[in-house]
Amino acid sequence: MAEKNLPMREALRAALHEEMVRDERVFVMGEEVGAWQGTHRVTRGFLEEFGPKRVRDTPISEMAIAGAAVGAAMAGLRPVAEIMTINFAFLAFDALINHAAKIHYMFNGQFRVPMVLRAATGWGNQATATHSHTPEPVFAHFPGLYVAMPSTPADAKGMLKAAIRDDNPVLFSEVIALYPKPGPVPDDPDFLIPIGKSDIKREGDDVTIVTIGRGVEWSLQAAESLAKEGIECEVIDLRWLRPLDMEPVIESFKKTNRCVVVEECLPHFSLGSEIAAQIQEKAFDYMDAPVKRVSAMDVPLPYARDIELMALPDTQKVINAVKEVL
Amino acid sequence: MAQPIKMPQLGSDMTEGTLLNWLKNVGDQISSGDIIAEIETDKATVEVPSEVSGTILELIGKPGDTLTVGSVIGYAGEPGEQPPSGGADQAAQDNGAAPAQQEAQPAVETAQAEPAPQAAQPAAAAAPETADGNLPDGVKASPIARRIARERGIDLRQVKGTGPNGRITRADVENFTPEAAPAAAAGVAIPAATYGEIPSGPDVEIIDTSRLRSRIAQRMVQSKQQVPHFYVTTEVDVEAMLNLRKQLNASVTDDAQKVTVNDLIVKATALALRQYPNLNSHFYGDKIVRHKRINIGIAVALEGGGLINVVAKDADKTALGTLAAQNKEMIARAREGKVKPDDVQGSTFTVSNLGGFDVDVFQAIVNPPEAGILAVGTAKKVPVVNEDGTIGVGHRMKLTVSVDHRVSDGAEGAEFLQALKALIENPMRLVL
Amino acid sequence: MATQKVKVDKARLLDWYRQIVLIREFEDRCDELYREKKITGVYLHLYSGHEATGVGAVAALQEHDHVITAYRDHGIALARGVDPNPLMAEMMGKRTGVSGGKGGSMHLASREHNFWGGYAIVGGHLPLAAGIALESRYNNKDAVVLCFLGDGATNNGYFHEAVNLSAVWDLPVVWLIENNLYGMGTPVEVASGQPELHKRAIAYGIKDAGRVDGQNVVEVYEAASEAVEYARKNGPVLLEAITFRYKGHGVSDRAYSERVEELAQWQARDPIIVTREILTGRFKNVEAELDKIDAEVKTIIDRAVEYAENSPAPTYEDLIRNVYVEDANG
Repeated sequence: MAEKNLPMREALRAALHEEMVRDERVFVMGEEVGAWQGTHRVTRGFLEEFGPKRVRDTPISEMAIAGAAVGAAMAGLRPVAEIMTINFAFLAFDALINHAAKIHYMFNGQFRVPMVLRAATGWGNQATATHSHTPEPVFAHFPGLYVAMPSTPADAKGMLKAAIRDDNPVLFSEVIALYPKPGPVPDDPDFLIPIGKSDIKREGDDVTIVTIGRGVEWSLQAAESLAKEGIECEVIDLRWLRPLDMEPVIESFKKTNRCVVVEECLPHFSLGSEIAAQIQEKAFDYMDAPVKRVSAMDVPLPYARDIELMALPDTQKVINAVKEVL
Repeated sequence: MAQPIKMPQLGSDMTEGTLLNWLKNVGDQISSGDIIAEIETDKATVEVPSEVSGTILELIGKPGDTLTVGSVIGYAGEPGEQPPSGGADQAAQDNGAAPAQQEAQPAVETAQAEPAPQAAQPAAAAAPETADGNLPDGVKASPIARRIARERGIDLRQVKGTGPNGRITRADVENFTPEAAPAAAAGVAIPAATYGEIPSGPDVEIIDTSRLRSRIAQRMVQSKQQVPHFYVTTEVDVEAMLNLRKQLNASVTDDAQKVTVNDLIVKATALALRQYPNLNSHFYGDKIVRHKRINIGIAVALEGGGLINVVAKDADKTALGTLAAQNKEMIARAREGKVKPDDVQGSTFTVSNLGGFDVDVFQAIVNPPEAGILAVGTAKKVPVVNEDGTIGVGHRMKLTVSVDHRVSDGAEGAEFLQALKALIENPMRLVL
Repeated sequence: MATQKVKVDKARLLDWYRQIVLIREFEDRCDELYREKKITGVYLHLYSGHEATGVGAVAALQEHDHVITAYRDHGIALARGVDPNPLMAEMMGKRTGVSGGKGGSMHLASREHNFWGGYAIVGGHLPLAAGIALESRYNNKDAVVLCFLGDGATNNGYFHEAVNLSAVWDLPVVWLIENNLYGMGTPVEVASGQPELHKRAIAYGIKDAGRVDGQNVVEVYEAASEAVEYARKNGPVLLEAITFRYKGHGVSDRAYSERVEELAQWQARDPIIVTREILTGRFKNVEAELDKIDAEVKTIIDRAVEYAENSPAPTYEDLIRNVYVEDANG
């Protein structure tokens, strides 16, 4: 199949577009998705093409956006609801956690909630404390919800399409900084990346780097740089925080005996915490060094650029961490 | 669900013990804390308490077997339940426990054979880790390095670590080539074999070296070879202390509360150590561990030979009467061969008192990793020159402190003795 | 409202009477079973006192319409025609319960009855009602969603967001406030700046259907019928029924001793009494029929209890099932 070079936002747009064409039940709803053409331009042109029934602007009502998506999904539609940024998803937390994630279980399988909640995530340019969250591990805490976080345009497309076609609720986190980054994207309208499937983005024997989202970029850059010193890193992009694809991680760890977890999220009860815990549970006798975590610092993000950057992970921090476990 | 009964650690440096007797049988109901066996350790005969409750489903090992700390020595569960081990042999193997290991390694027990060749017999080779999974002092190794070392019988003490903080990594172990004669590393051989053939015949009696004797031998050889001792002696006036003791003991009717000279010396030593905390340290090569608690080991000579240290915990803080009563009980237990694990653990400094044997002065050997030991002679009436120049009769005792020169120097040893002397000569501070 | 009377025949009235006493009997039995520790757990919110509201409002729906409510959901499930056996089994946490023993008292549902469940986060089900109504509009159906909510729910953000969304999207929802005068222990006047709760409709630009006497099943039915037909044709509507809860907020909560006098006044206008009066006033010699219904209902609930008691408990398999949809590709 042919490929196109697309930025991630266009890959997401293509995924949504294809699914809306494929399935009448799929519709988008959210703040500024229609007339405004999408805050992040992912739904550009949709209102004109699909009309207001399937491209639904909402009031600024995160509780109702998420909650109505739950109801519509239960009733048989396949809503793709958008929360403008994940920072506002805290307002939708109850709908997502107490409702979307619980309803199938709580009523013993009588209802399904095939919804996707898209949200833009990650720290921006001095967006400050309330607008700089990367809180996906918080959402991934709860069984019943899937959490996706793609790192490349192709993954973004395949994962979003899989999420829309799945009968479970999915929180789909899109890293703002990655929206403009281009990459090859398959044209195939049935190109799907299965729910919960990780991807080895680079192979190596010395250290396993486990990462997701924006961390993939830093990790690959670090691996590139370390390779010049003869250190070969294996970079595993988890792609989904739930389900968590641990098997390849453990397999890789048994080979390298060392692991660095790279994430944009905060360190407390984070992806790093979970990976470290599972490695010591499942591969204790293969450890050559403690699992090292690279994450944001445990502070709210400030405004001033100088100190904002200090608090955040970057390629150099990944390189340093890899060297610390060697 | 059957729960394993594990061999507890009954002394700070205990790694194994020899099973003397099971005190319970399969089928018996036990509660956590019940004594299920007697074992002989390096130091004494100790009672083994169970950490679990239930019906005993299986007991692993027979009298004479060596049981390693942390190994499964039995299972308890519901009556009639099957133990998970599938039989004692399997369990013993699983735990790397006694019989097999003993056969493979007679060297340890009798100190006659050459050191077992490393790596030649992976299954039987000595695990360089202690059986509870602790690494030997000062050794750092990653879990996978430890696993490979275990599998290949590599002694991690011989492997140089190249990882962070000198940690031994997988590569270090994989690349390790054992040296030809790593005798010193074993650190357990008693140099008996070097004296030639053991005499025999009617003129001699051959006695097996007991575990306790072996252990003392090892420790003392280790100390004398590795610890650079220095000694400082002083004479103290014990008149006031003996008077105080008389008064104290006259005021109590309960014998248990009666204070011995040794109790007073222990108390004084503890208080002096408070002023010289460096001597209350343990030496670990590049680290000196300064203990905040002052626990005084009291060397107790045992009938039939050997000695054992019982430990007066927090001797600086414990009231004299309590201290005396506790010491009395511990010493009695030691002499009966029934010490409790807690009796013999945690010593930070030792007092050895031969005052009962009419000795003037002696030098004790430091009990590593402790930094010092106090040797106490007999209190004697001796002629003394009074301040006014006349000759009178005084009550004097000689004290010698032996100190590890790696931790401290002569001046500190002397100052410590001065402080101790001041406490003994003004003994009211011992009861305050 | 309630100007144009809908004709109610004897059979219907008798059926409503039967439903009301069925709910009462079910709730009384739940209360007993809770005290006997056959129903366990901390949450059991009884519908006693509210029966006429639930029965009258649900009677206004057609089969393809939808019902959703909060955690005081037993009566709604029964009014919608759900079999008492699996309902009672759910109370006892049995595998045969409507929610397989995994939902409990607060999470009854029956997909086949278009009863979308009881929800336990106050207000949480309101946007769900909006979403279900959206599906009806989206697929050009004429189904209406009847969403029960308590007076307390009108004060949290869900109410504001969901009712506003129903307004801007013209969703066919009947928002029915069961105002039982207290949110747990707090009187409505203490909790709401506008204690005439139906007036909230005005702020959102939706139809204000006023207040109705929640003890009178016929009046509730008439008001609800108008509201349902309005919603079907036009869009959202808000109706308030005034009623009273006889028991504590939940059975494990304190009874309200200070409310004894108030309770007596309300019990004088008990839905059972009011419905009996309507029936005896309109029809001759109906008492025997009513007594017969009372007896039948007791038997039905006896059977439900027996069914529940003899049902198996859920298993480990049930514990781990349905966390996610297993055949997940729609």
